[in-house]
Amino acid sequence: MNSAKTILKVDNVHVEVAEKEVVRGVSIEVKAGEKHALMGPNGSGKSSLANALAGHPDYKIISGSVELMGRDLLSMDVSERSLAGLFLGFQYPLAIPGVTVANFMRAALKARNGGEDIMKNFRKDFTEQLKLLEIDQSFATRYVNEGFSGGEKKRLEILQMAILRPKMAILDETDSGLDIDALKVVAKGINRSAPEDGGVILVTHYQRLLNYIVPDKVHVMMNGRIVRSGGSELAFELEEKGYDWLESKIVEKAGV
Amino acid sequence: MKDTLQKNKNVSDIGDNYAEKYGFHDPEEYFHKGARGLNHEVVEMISQMKKEPDWMRDFRHKALDIFLQKPMPRWGDTKILNAIDFDNIFYYIKPIAEKGENWDDVPAYIKNTFNRLGIPEAEKKFLAGVSAQYESEVVYHSFRKDLENQGVIFLDMDSGLREHNDIVRKYFSTVIPAMDNKFAALNSAVWSGGSFIYVPPGIDVKIPLQAYFRINAKNMGQFERTLIIADKGSRVHYIEGCTAPVYSTDSLHSAVVELIALEDSYIRYTTIQNWSRNVLNLVTKRAAAYKNATVEWVDGNLGSKLTMKYPCVYLLGEHAKGEILSVAFAGKDQHQDAGAKVIHVAPNTSSRITSKSISKAGGRASYRGLVKIHPSAVNSKTSVECDALLIDENSRSDTYPTMEIDADEVRVEHEARVSKVAEEQLFYLTSRGLSEDEARLLIVNGFIEPFTKELPMEYAVELNRLIELEMEGSVG
Repeated sequence: MNSAKTILKVDNVHVEVAEKEVVRGVSIEVKAGEKHALMGPNGSGKSSLANALAGHPDYKIISGSVELMGRDLLSMDVSERSLAGLFLGFQYPLAIPGVTVANFMRAALKARNGGEDIMKNFRKDFTEQLKLLEIDQSFATRYVNEGFSGGEKKRLEILQMAILRPKMAILDETDSGLDIDALKVVAKGINRSAPEDGGVILVTHYQRLLNYIVPDKVHVMMNGRIVRSGGSELAFELEEKGYDWLESKIVEKAGV
Repeated sequence: MKDTLQKNKNVSDIGDNYAEKYGFHDPEEYFHKGARGLNHEVVEMISQMKKEPDWMRDFRHKALDIFLQKPMPRWGDTKILNAIDFDNIFYYIKPIAEKGENWDDVPAYIKNTFNRLGIPEAEKKFLAGVSAQYESEVVYHSFRKDLENQGVIFLDMDSGLREHNDIVRKYFSTVIPAMDNKFAALNSAVWSGGSFIYVPPGIDVKIPLQAYFRINAKNMGQFERTLIIADKGSRVHYIEGCTAPVYSTDSLHSAVVELIALEDSYIRYTTIQNWSRNVLNLVTKRAAAYKNATVEWVDGNLGSKLTMKYPCVYLLGEHAKGEILSVAFAGKDQHQDAGAKVIHVAPNTSSRITSKSISKAGGRASYRGLVKIHPSAVNSKTSVECDALLIDENSRSDTYPTMEIDADEVRVEHEARVSKVAEEQLFYLTSRGLSEDEARLLIVNGFIEPFTKELPMEYAVELNRLIELEMEGSVG
């Protein structure tokens, strides 16, 4: 058994959106150094879970508990969750007109107490990350996500993760809308910047991201529940046989 | 969504910070303080004290008649306008006998005031000339010798009239006649102070000139008059700033600003108006732009109880350009009725209006604008963009855009948007560790960035700081 310390412990979490239950009892435990893939068809509840964990006001956790490195995550507001080490890579990152990427990152770093050292190295760190993610330096002075292509938006999410250095990163469909070259760059970025002694959950519909990032565990969600967990081979099986295959198996099992 | 808006309703009194930083007042020990109220004797007294030529004295008296006859505007904030008690206002206060050209010549209490407002410091750092007006008169004026030697004139308006009667007489009131509106007539009758600038042909005044206007006395009316003439091919940037003490009764600020941009010249006029919440700011600003000339109004309105101000450009010569960029911040108990006017008269002229407003804590921001394209102004183009940001649900934004297009072959673009600080944006920013206040401030600063980036660095920093003060405690 993995004796590493637990980074994120999601225990029997139920999530409601507009009074409809979309996550119906999910438990996941991510240990230090682990990458998990959370897969599932559209509407299975995986993005809802991701948003709920980050504290989105529309996604209410109605029961269950979540611990981030032993601390009660659900008693924290959105900002506190971030400061405690949680990071959500957005599926649809928001545009903030008039705010440059550099200023945004600076503000986010400043919000972290004891950010003095990071601030000192900010420029160097920032420039280096831009290079690694194959982003033009002019990115720094562009307005956050305004007029960005899909690929640029996703790169900016990874850039933020790299600079903010979270303990637990949940990346919501970071691969969607990317062509194969962009996908490789982003995957490389995730591998490089993923918290070493922390955890990652990759929320994804497709298996293709997992060609570049090998997960330690794969969970498949359907109708708000995890219906299957396994090793990385599960992702390949899914790719081959499709979600229908799993669905039929579940139906079989239920004896319908 | 609801939770956040609920929290926003508990807004603390945002006048608090202003009181400390700008809202103080000095004791009134004046060289001359006229009586309250307005009549021909008051006008005569002002003109006599200033030893003005007859043409100006006559102009004042005629203007007073116009003022007395003209009805109040029936638009804008009529409730506040109709409540103005013209008999209770001091129209002329001369704080000291003579103005200084050195800060040491200025009485200590006035010098301290401007010190607290950071004016001498700014002058040292990045200004080519400074004019500081206290009540009705300019009390300090300085100007760089090298520019003076090049023939550039930068004086207070009274000295301008005395020393350059011919130029003043040629241009004064040609852009804004006393008939224009009730408050222009009022200013024409009792004007005092303001700036007079003349830039000779081909001269580029590279460093900004600044005037700072300070109201100190209770129930004061400040009526400065500014006239800027950029001769052929010249360039100048003028900046004005304004503050006043916090009183429970209203003061009136009613300026008239006329700009004349002759062929191929360029004038930029930047305002950061930060009056206290008891000032009614009713100002007429208009420019005439001749062939190939460019006029830019950069107009920031943070303070006052009511502002009604619509900087205007008449595009009178071919290829003339007018640009008006404005920001209005309406907080608790404030009404910013601001906007822009452009009149296209000559062919191939172009204009752009960008108006941004922020309403918070029940404040009201209105955009009121007019673009008129005369039949003669063929091949002209204009674009108008109005953007309003509401910080909470009980604040208000209105848009009154008017377009009168009477020419063919013109290009007209118009866009208006009202947005709320979006819950999704707040979530995105707070998920990166920013507090809700920090996130909201970042969004607001981003919103006015197109304005801020046009300001000299020092002003941009100051504006961001002022916005930060205004935004403080927006979540209770």
